[in-house]
Amino acid sequence: MDMTRMKAGAKARGQLRAAVVGHVDHGKSTVVGRLLHETGSLPQGKVEAVAEMCRRRGMPFEWAFVTDALQAERDQGITIDSSHIPFRSALRDYVLIDAPGHREFIKNMISGSSDCDAALVVIDAGEGVRDQSRRHGFLLHLLGIRQIAVAVTKMDMIGYDADRFATVEREFREALGELGVTPGAVIPVSGRDGDNIAAPSGKMSWYDGPTVVGALDGFEVAAPATALPLRMPVQDVYRFDERRIVAGRIESGSLRVGDTVLFSPSNHAAVVKTIENWPRSAPVEGAEAGDSVGFTLEEQIFVERGEIVSHAGNAPVETNVFRARVFWMGAEPLRVGKRYTLRHNTAEAIAEVESIERVIDAARMDRTGTEEVACDCVADVVMRAQIVLALDPAAENPRTGRIVLADGFDIVGGGLIDMAGYPDQRQVMTRRSTNITEVEHRVSREERTRRIGHTGGVLWFTGLSGAGKSTLAIELERQLFARGYNAYVLDGDNLRHGLNANLGFSPEDRAENIRRVGEVAALLSEIGTLVISAFISPYRDDRLRARKAVGTGFHEVFINAGLEECERRDTKGLYARARAGEIANFTGISAPYEPPENCELVVDTANQPVEESVNALIRYVERHFPLVKPRR
Amino acid sequence: MQTRLDALESRSIYILREAFNQIDRLCMLWSLGKDSNVMVWLARKAFFGHVPFPLVHVDTGKKFPEMYAFRDRYAEEWGVELVTGDCPPVEEMDADLPPAARSAARKTAGLNALIAAHGFTGIIAGIRRDEEGTRAKERVFSPRGAGNVWDVRNQPPEFWDQFRARVPEGAHVRVHPILHWSEIDIWRYIQRENIPIVDLYFARDGKRYRSLGDQDITSPIDSTASTLDEIIAELEVTTVSERSGRAMDHEREDAFERLRAAGYM
Repeated sequence: MDMTRMKAGAKARGQLRAAVVGHVDHGKSTVVGRLLHETGSLPQGKVEAVAEMCRRRGMPFEWAFVTDALQAERDQGITIDSSHIPFRSALRDYVLIDAPGHREFIKNMISGSSDCDAALVVIDAGEGVRDQSRRHGFLLHLLGIRQIAVAVTKMDMIGYDADRFATVEREFREALGELGVTPGAVIPVSGRDGDNIAAPSGKMSWYDGPTVVGALDGFEVAAPATALPLRMPVQDVYRFDERRIVAGRIESGSLRVGDTVLFSPSNHAAVVKTIENWPRSAPVEGAEAGDSVGFTLEEQIFVERGEIVSHAGNAPVETNVFRARVFWMGAEPLRVGKRYTLRHNTAEAIAEVESIERVIDAARMDRTGTEEVACDCVADVVMRAQIVLALDPAAENPRTGRIVLADGFDIVGGGLIDMAGYPDQRQVMTRRSTNITEVEHRVSREERTRRIGHTGGVLWFTGLSGAGKSTLAIELERQLFARGYNAYVLDGDNLRHGLNANLGFSPEDRAENIRRVGEVAALLSEIGTLVISAFISPYRDDRLRARKAVGTGFHEVFINAGLEECERRDTKGLYARARAGEIANFTGISAPYEPPENCELVVDTANQPVEESVNALIRYVERHFPLVKPRR
Repeated sequence: MQTRLDALESRSIYILREAFNQIDRLCMLWSLGKDSNVMVWLARKAFFGHVPFPLVHVDTGKKFPEMYAFRDRYAEEWGVELVTGDCPPVEEMDADLPPAARSAARKTAGLNALIAAHGFTGIIAGIRRDEEGTRAKERVFSPRGAGNVWDVRNQPPEFWDQFRARVPEGAHVRVHPILHWSEIDIWRYIQRENIPIVDLYFARDGKRYRSLGDQDITSPIDSTASTLDEIIAELEVTTVSERSGRAMDHEREDAFERLRAAGYM
């Protein structure tokens, strides 16, 4: 072996991924087979093996058999699933994705093409532009592929007619132009004979553009989005060797040790302490788009899969409502009101289709009705997720601006996010209202009391996690209801699924959590409800604010069991996790609990059974909220 | 700026982490060949020196002695949990298969027995698209239905790195973290990362193994490449396919497809 050759051999060449798409039977696989042959990319014996396959079937040599590896594909003469085939030009390495053109296999075309750098659309010169030529062109655009070349093939079948070629070219450019897609080179080729595949054809001297290989060599390999703001969806959180590592792939931007990063939508911030690596060599100071990384934080905050890491000054949008341009692959149509599993990077949420704004049938270029979206169609739909998501408009960040929809186990659609007309709720959530004029009710409190049978009020339970607040509240609600009370429990965990779903457990968020509960309790009590609220509500100031909001009907009840007893019970396993450092700001462990100073009632759950505690509460209620019109 | 190997590595790590997060009963097939050694290495990168699932060696009993020695040495050195399983005798395999494919089918049967015994719902396997035509059509997360069969004519959509990781009761998913690598990528990565491999890959007396399988159905190729540099240089110019020495690929037009549809890797 020559030494200079060997040195060159150690250096990897660039690699471009190109999809070959187009209408069924327009000759994609033939172009691919020919391309491999012309560039010397086929292994020894492959041509002979294909010749043998054709001989057995009593048919002429078929280039498509090079990539149609499935028996069924060869027997039916149709590509079923995308093949990924390596090939090389003088310039660089390629992976060609030979995608099926049959409408039935559009999901396979999308699967094969989705992460390509470029695409080659193959059109039969005789047949011209057909359904899948247009549809594939549009889908490539939605998949984010902007480098598109066109091979008008089977030129040998039309006598290398320049006029016919010009017609097909114009037709295709017009069709795609309507959808905002601009193809690059349009090349007249013969897949069967190899004209203009790798070498210029002598039969079409009227054409002076590039060959197919030349057009591919002119494309660029897509580079990771290092210039965009930092986005790293959290993939997992590991605890290895006493390190707590936040793992994920940086989709855009870059990250450095010492950066303050924001986790959305929980809105926790922390400083990056280390970027971890294995094998451990020199310390890593920074990482950028495309890198799969893991980092540790200076503080132990609670982080989960699905959150998006950004820098604080350039955070993603927070919203649960957005518009998406969706391409649909489901066997069942997409319908308004139906719920799907929405996946956004590593986050997952249940989301409902709120409305369908318009449907685009890319093959026919028409906009149809808006009741449902059929398979293979594209539509602008409004989605409403059950939780707040951190995302970006696709136009601003392709990697965090896209979603996938699943129905059961199956992936049924993909879409690009468009926020036009929809607010970033991160802003709404901190907006302060002005110009408020309260209205005066013309139904008095006394009138309400007469109708309901008792005055409204709030039993505000406070105490450590595990003290028995929820247990007592639920039991008390049942028993009071049986006695004729319109009693209703507000529970911490329940409200955090809805009203307070956008709040975490930082001191600021907990304060806001309690503020909202206080306001809700005040409203309900004004209506005449006997509210039993079961929240840790560790801060005196917060409870005082709730007392002010409610007014005279506010009764603070200290559910007291002591930290030791609560930790012994640990019904939700939270104390153990808090002790292990997995939950930050845990009341009693890593965050304070301020016991009441002047509460209306103390219930000692450490030293008496649940029944006794409930009875004490019932007696208290009957004394302070007597029924004016007992209902039996 | 990422190099080609950096990009390949990062995507593999992403896939491995998705599998670990999404699949309960996960294992990784360790055939002791170059590809599966790269895969184990990638797992240790993904999980910072750990392999948080068992490595499974489906033992046909017909591997080269060098491979068994390699397995025992590195299982201990890397501190991995090793699960081995035997394969039934060839007489129990589909008699309609040609001889080498029939022999290779033992590995599928052995794997199926292990899946049943351990209740695995996810199997990480080190196949690559450039190896062979049906592998070229594989998904990264490839579902296997009841009886562990591959429904190649109806594969689920897979795009934007959103994978179908969940499967119904009784089914499992094959995870292919190095599907997008090529043979030469594997060798360049082995060189860059200094990953141990079995010596049989290096030429001795004008022959080397380019792909390792059972002793009786695997033959060496003519080669003088006895170093990593020489192997990479050889691959840059070769037109011989990687699996040319694997008899089961070449016996009959659809033999390998049938093996794979029935659950072979």
